[in-house]
Amino acid sequence: MSLYRTELRRLAKRRFTRYMSLLGLLVLAAVVIGVFFTNEKIGADQLARAERQAEQNYQEQVTWAKEARASCEQAKSAGTANDGRYPEDCSVITPPPRDQIQAEWFLPSTFNFRETFAETLIPFAAILALVGFVVGASFIGAEWSTGGMMNLLLWRPKRLTVLLTKLAALLTGILAVTLPAAVLWFAGFWAVASFRGSTEKMTSGVWQSFALTGLRGVVLVLVLTTVGFALASLGRHTAMALGGVVAVMVVGQFGLGILLSMASVRFAEAWLLPTYALAWMTKKVTLQDWNSCNANYSGECEPNTFDITWQQSSVLLSVGVVVILGAALWAMRRRDIS
Amino acid sequence: MPAVLEIEGLRKTYKSRRRGTRNALDGFDMRVDAGQVHGFLGPNGSGKTTTLRTLLGLIRPDGGRMALLGHEVPGALPTVAGQVGAIVESPQFFPHFSARDTLSLLAGAGEVPAARVDEVLELVGLRDRAGERVKTYSLGMKQRLAVASALLKNPKLLILDEPANGLDPGGIREMRTLMRTLAESGMTVVLSSHILGEIQLICDSVTIISLGRRVAFGPVDEVLAQHSSGAVRVRLEAVSDLPAATDALTRAGVRVTGHPDHLMLAGVDKPATVTRLLAENNLYVSELAPVAVDLESVFLELTATAPVPGQHRQVDESTKVGGTGQPGPTGGGWGA
Ligand SMILES: Nc1ncnc2c1ncn2[C@@H]1O[C@H](COP(=O)(O)OP(=O)(O)O)[C@@H](O)[C@H]1O
Ligand SMILES: [Mg+2]
Repeated sequence: MSLYRTELRRLAKRRFTRYMSLLGLLVLAAVVIGVFFTNEKIGADQLARAERQAEQNYQEQVTWAKEARASCEQAKSAGTANDGRYPEDCSVITPPPRDQIQAEWFLPSTFNFRETFAETLIPFAAILALVGFVVGASFIGAEWSTGGMMNLLLWRPKRLTVLLTKLAALLTGILAVTLPAAVLWFAGFWAVASFRGSTEKMTSGVWQSFALTGLRGVVLVLVLTTVGFALASLGRHTAMALGGVVAVMVVGQFGLGILLSMASVRFAEAWLLPTYALAWMTKKVTLQDWNSCNANYSGECEPNTFDITWQQSSVLLSVGVVVILGAALWAMRRRDIS
Repeated sequence: MPAVLEIEGLRKTYKSRRRGTRNALDGFDMRVDAGQVHGFLGPNGSGKTTTLRTLLGLIRPDGGRMALLGHEVPGALPTVAGQVGAIVESPQFFPHFSARDTLSLLAGAGEVPAARVDEVLELVGLRDRAGERVKTYSLGMKQRLAVASALLKNPKLLILDEPANGLDPGGIREMRTLMRTLAESGMTVVLSSHILGEIQLICDSVTIISLGRRVAFGPVDEVLAQHSSGAVRVRLEAVSDLPAATDALTRAGVRVTGHPDHLMLAGVDKPATVTRLLAENNLYVSELAPVAVDLESVFLELTATAPVPGQHRQVDESTKVGGTGQPGPTGGGWGA
């Protein structure tokens, strides 16, 4: 217990932890503010303006069609070579029907809490997961590379206890940042929706679904924090963890993506890790194979699809954590510390 | 006296894919009794740090047994760790924390009262600089901080690996006084070093290691006596008699080195035989003194006679060139 408290103190004392958390929170705040200023509430004014804009757009189309037909007929009568610019029959050049140009297209973007909030939890989780990874890696990595770990083991010889206590303190610290941030995120977007959109039709089912998505986001943050911690402990260096992940992402994922698409593998995204993170957050990602055709009843082609569900993602995440953390613990038990 | 530290037949082999295996410890034995200041001596790379690391559970031995304060380690380390303060090979600290923060975090992890932090800072002379980041410290200041971290537990056994590394002469002297004070208060101190003058001054007993094996051990004067080379200095009443004396002694089979006002004899078992021999030749001795050997020459003799592969012999030879022929403790420190 004293070790746990001490490690929490160490975590909070580190400037890197403070600056990274602050940076993460600032980015999150910037997102909320950005969304606030790029959205508007829809009222009678906005609707009327959109109607006007739709009408104006329709008129432009009419004028354009008229001009095009005129120049078409002119070219016909002059007998200039028809180089394919105009159709055989100039009368097919007509403006689109009025009802095809909808006023909705001209509405400013508005923030509908019920429809849009779930999506915002994805950048929320991504940004905090990144912070967690970097903070976790540096927390233990610096400890190894500066010899602090050796000093600590002279006081606390039970190595696994030391490593797991450090991890527990780290996760506590990350949670202490993530949970208030999540509450502020909900509140922030609620405010955005109230002032720049709508908060209608929020049933308790919707709230529950948001809460669950938020929870999955928090879990993702904790998982990535643990992975960063375990990788840096394995490599005994912060840079090793960061370098390793950059290598995996850049070489592994991009390289793999390019290779798979060159080999025209179907559902190539199914091999890429971010797809699973996305599926974890959105519950389901549907991949489509555009090289296939399943005719539907009206004769249109529908692509083959492949679903990646959050359950599959959860298996991947758990296996990843168990393997990487297990390796870190095993190495901690076995290795000579010098 | 009960043993505070016991090592029997300790073996450690470092395996490296490129350089093959290296027996850093090859059946090493050691014993330290309570209340002593014990010197742990050996040339560079002889296995001192390896021994201490193994003892403290940082590396895994390949054989042998160890005990600290009567408990078998590494098994009982969690029990004894609170009573063993140690620094191992110029210790490193997280550079962005201050000395006080560093110690306070260690104290927290080890459940030592926070007030102890200021006590040890005072003890090692870092009181006024304790708020500054360790990054800005000199080597000697880091070394002082390391000693402070080892003292923080108020340990029964204090293990210091080359503690004078980087200390200034004043710091070395303060450290020497500190060791003695601690030993008098009942703490057992084990001090590893390869610089011997200072060790001879403050240690009660020593263990000398070479190439992972113990080559000598025991109280300092016993070790010196066992390995005294039988050197004797002779002065005569008349300096003009010296050549005659050299003749007589050489004829009797004694190795003699002449000096302007005295003779140095080597390989003499009983100084009395010299007196008798010279008196028979009507040469009268005014002074006959067995020359006290110092720890350094014993050390050099012992470690150079150990089985040495190429690399290590070079190290020992270079030490020997500058180190022999200067009897008596010289200045310098434990780790300079
Ligand atoms: N981590 C290591 N890997 C391989 N060899 C090592 C390692 N640590 C020490 N050694 C070797 O073990 C021997 C003893 O080293 P050490 O105990 O550090 O000597 P010292 O008496 O100078 O403290 C040396 O030959 C050294 O090269
Ligand atoms: Mg050493």
